[in-house]
Amino acid sequence: MKMRKMLSVLLIGILVIGIISGCSNSEEKPATTDEPNKETGDNKDVKIGLVVSTLNNPFFVTMKEAAEEKAKELGYEIIVLDSQDDPGKEISNVEDLITKKVSVILINPTDSDAVANAVTAANDADIPVITLDRVANGGEVATHIASDNVAGGEMAGKFIIEQLEGKGKVVEIEGIPGASAAIDRGEGFNKAIKETDIEVVAKQPADFNRTKGLEVMENILQSHAEIDAIFAHNDEMALGALEAVKGAGKNIVVVGFDATDDAVKSVENGEMAATVAQQPEKIGALGVEAAEKVVKGEKVEEFIPVDLKLITE
Amino acid sequence: MNREFFKKYKSIIGLILFSIIISIFNKDFLTVNNILNILRQTSINSIIAAGMTFVVLTGGIDLSVGSILAFSGAVCISMVSAGFSVFLAVIVALIIGSIIGILNGIFISKGKLQPFIATLATMTIVRGATLVFTDGRPITSGGSKGAQAFRNIGAGYFLKIPIPIYIMVIVFLLSYYLLKHMKFGRYVYSLGGNEEATKLSGINVDKVKIFVYGISGFLAALAGIVMTSRLSSAQPNAGVGYELDAIASVVLGGTSLTGGVGSVLGTIVGALIIGIINNALNLMNVSSYYQTMVKGIVILLAVLLDRKND
Repeated sequence: MKMRKMLSVLLIGILVIGIISGCSNSEEKPATTDEPNKETGDNKDVKIGLVVSTLNNPFFVTMKEAAEEKAKELGYEIIVLDSQDDPGKEISNVEDLITKKVSVILINPTDSDAVANAVTAANDADIPVITLDRVANGGEVATHIASDNVAGGEMAGKFIIEQLEGKGKVVEIEGIPGASAAIDRGEGFNKAIKETDIEVVAKQPADFNRTKGLEVMENILQSHAEIDAIFAHNDEMALGALEAVKGAGKNIVVVGFDATDDAVKSVENGEMAATVAQQPEKIGALGVEAAEKVVKGEKVEEFIPVDLKLITE
Repeated sequence: MNREFFKKYKSIIGLILFSIIISIFNKDFLTVNNILNILRQTSINSIIAAGMTFVVLTGGIDLSVGSILAFSGAVCISMVSAGFSVFLAVIVALIIGSIIGILNGIFISKGKLQPFIATLATMTIVRGATLVFTDGRPITSGGSKGAQAFRNIGAGYFLKIPIPIYIMVIVFLLSYYLLKHMKFGRYVYSLGGNEEATKLSGINVDKVKIFVYGISGFLAALAGIVMTSRLSSAQPNAGVGYELDAIASVVLGGTSLTGGVGSVLGTIVGALIIGIINNALNLMNVSSYYQTMVKGIVILLAVLLDRKND
């Protein structure tokens, strides 16, 4: 009886020790990076906490890996916790980081509203918070790092200018009216084509939805015979519009946004002309760089935009 | 005597030893702040698990608790944001949870459905109802006048101790009293031990079952209120998978899934073990990929050893 109890304790103990030596090797890492970082010798005391909305999505996994790499490079210990898309787990993760007394917390929120109390909890403990990719609608945040949708829209606009050699008729298919992504992407796109001979002949929302993108484009094709290019605020709508274009047997340059798997495949097949991709690895790396500045008491901008890149064939 | 002592308190002894081992490896673990932190984090799961204990003691299972949590939380916060008093919103949410639980009980007792199937169905229906009710989007208390008062339920303090901890303690004291010192408790144990014999001795078995699932629904709704208040926001997909943590807590606490044997005090220990695993692995910076695996292994080991001890 006692033997078994002892055995159980022993087993769990071994398990715990195994975990510490096996998986949390980041604790030893700062030692190896000490040399190139002589001027920041106190790095080992700085702990960065990173709470990721979910690691069940390649976008956020890439972001996390880039953050870990950057932290290693700068010689900081980084603790990564996964919220598994559950705001309840997210707030617990933040509380654990507070007890762990980390120097700064990077949060990639599961939901902008639900994260507010977690941010407030960190504020109350005097730990600065940086949000990644999604904003927090509450609490105080040192800086927010996310893709620059305006620049992305501009990038799409410039690509279309190039393709049409500065002259032609374009359709803009918009996202859900009022959504920040729709506003920003549209703003960038219109800024790019403003000074050219490219004319937006039709502009209609299709709510980021593929079926609606198809219907909207079918209707537009009824009233406008000559269209040279389409810019859709996301790939789903672009793919829907592409179906309408194919159905009408036309040859139109279609540009989407997000670089979803379907869209990238379509670009590779030469159907869609291009799609704008976010760069999660940059969001992660810039997050850690901003964290360093915040810890050192340096000033950081309220919003740090991350550039996007264009994927063409 | 010594043997009896060990047998009775083995889960608590295990919990204490487990904590000591972790504290050797992590200095942040055994601090007052972190203990309060663990208790607060455990409160939601343990409130659900308390209700689950009643159900499991009768030999049943309740898979619908996660959905009930989400639905009642959503109803509660939407009432608060619409300007109703927090008190009324809480009462309505608790009534809704109890009704869903009672319906579970009716399907199982009068409808002669397997508890697994009946609650699987309500789990799906209530999750769907939550999606319909919330329109698939989170609901926030926003700037309504009751928002701050509502937030206190899950995020507030009384005498420097988080309020969810008080709620959890009250739930467990009442559950303990109900099971150990009231006739109803004896019926629950006897129903789980031998349903036929219980029926023959003139006890209204159906009534006991309906009541038991009602308690589970009520407590799931209570957990939903705490959770929603803690986040000041109700998520349409809140509580997915929470039934499994609750069942694991009950089993870790030594309650037999076939019914009749176990206690609600064991359940709180089981819930604490699960809470401590999550917290300790976070504090020790264990990769989250391993965390889920370790949780499963600890549950497996604990239950295996528990079996051998019997």
